[in-house]
Amino acid sequence: MTDHVLPVKTYVAVFFALLLLLAATVTVNRLHLGEFGVVAALTIAVIKTILVVLFFMHVRSSSRLVWIFVGVGFYWLMILLILTMSDFVSRTWPPFSGGPL
Amino acid sequence: MVAHQFDDAAQQREASTLGMWVFLATEIMFFGGLFAAYTAYRYKYPVGFAEASRHLDLLLGGINTAVLLTSSLTMALAVRSAQVGKRAQIVGFLVLTMLLGLAFLGIKAYEYHEKFAHHLVPGASFAFGGMHAREAKMFFYLYFAMTGLHAIHMLAGVAVVFYMTVAAARGKFTPGYYNPLEVTGLYWHFVDIIWIFLYPLLYLIA
Repeated sequence: MTDHVLPVKTYVAVFFALLLLLAATVTVNRLHLGEFGVVAALTIAVIKTILVVLFFMHVRSSSRLVWIFVGVGFYWLMILLILTMSDFVSRTWPPFSGGPL
Repeated sequence: MVAHQFDDAAQQREASTLGMWVFLATEIMFFGGLFAAYTAYRYKYPVGFAEASRHLDLLLGGINTAVLLTSSLTMALAVRSAQVGKRAQIVGFLVLTMLLGLAFLGIKAYEYHEKFAHHLVPGASFAFGGMHAREAKMFFYLYFAMTGLHAIHMLAGVAVVFYMTVAAARGKFTPGYYNPLEVTGLYWHFVDIIWIFLYPLLYLIA
């Protein structure tokens, strides 16, 4: 693994992109989009995270093994959130009565 | 500065980076439990959460987000200064990072004080007008648990950055060996990412 020293202007550009995205989050909130507002806010947060992880945390120039470890962290989080919410969301569904059980 | 179990400096650096990511994966799950609780209760109490969220200071939260993003920039530049071997610059950027971290905690402390003054801290003096007091109380439980855990991580981060500043001033880091600084950076950016999610989820519901 060789060292990739990123130029200062890359870091500054990422920083200004992050500030723009922060402004975007606040603007989206002002628009009162209802349900879509949550989706938009989380999408912006994920884009900010990807920028921080790739550039500030140097994952872009890291080995494949580091990529796997990063991916696994988020994958486990998705298991936690999706399995938890599949329970809460389906609790209000009417009981299934058509099958042999 | 290569420990005897490693072939070379690159392998040593790879090992420390990988080890830090394992720790961060456990941290993702640590905060993940709170995010899961938040998601479940927001799904259950959408109106109460929106009403409670209006009591948070959107401007202070936004300023704090900008402060943390700036501290991530100075942290990244501190690591870069180590890569190119500029000792004075490392110290300067680390001191800036610490100051921004403390500014974040100061603003957070002021916000906590406001919540105490307005009876929004769950407990005996909790008072919330309207139909959704119980739901709002759950929001504030989660608000204090999530931002509190984040603030503890910030405190730990400031302490570690202080330690790194002393080490950098003593010339411990060179372009060939800056692993402690690199993994400190990873931790700092991780804590920043947690806030990137906390800000829209807690402050920007309404």
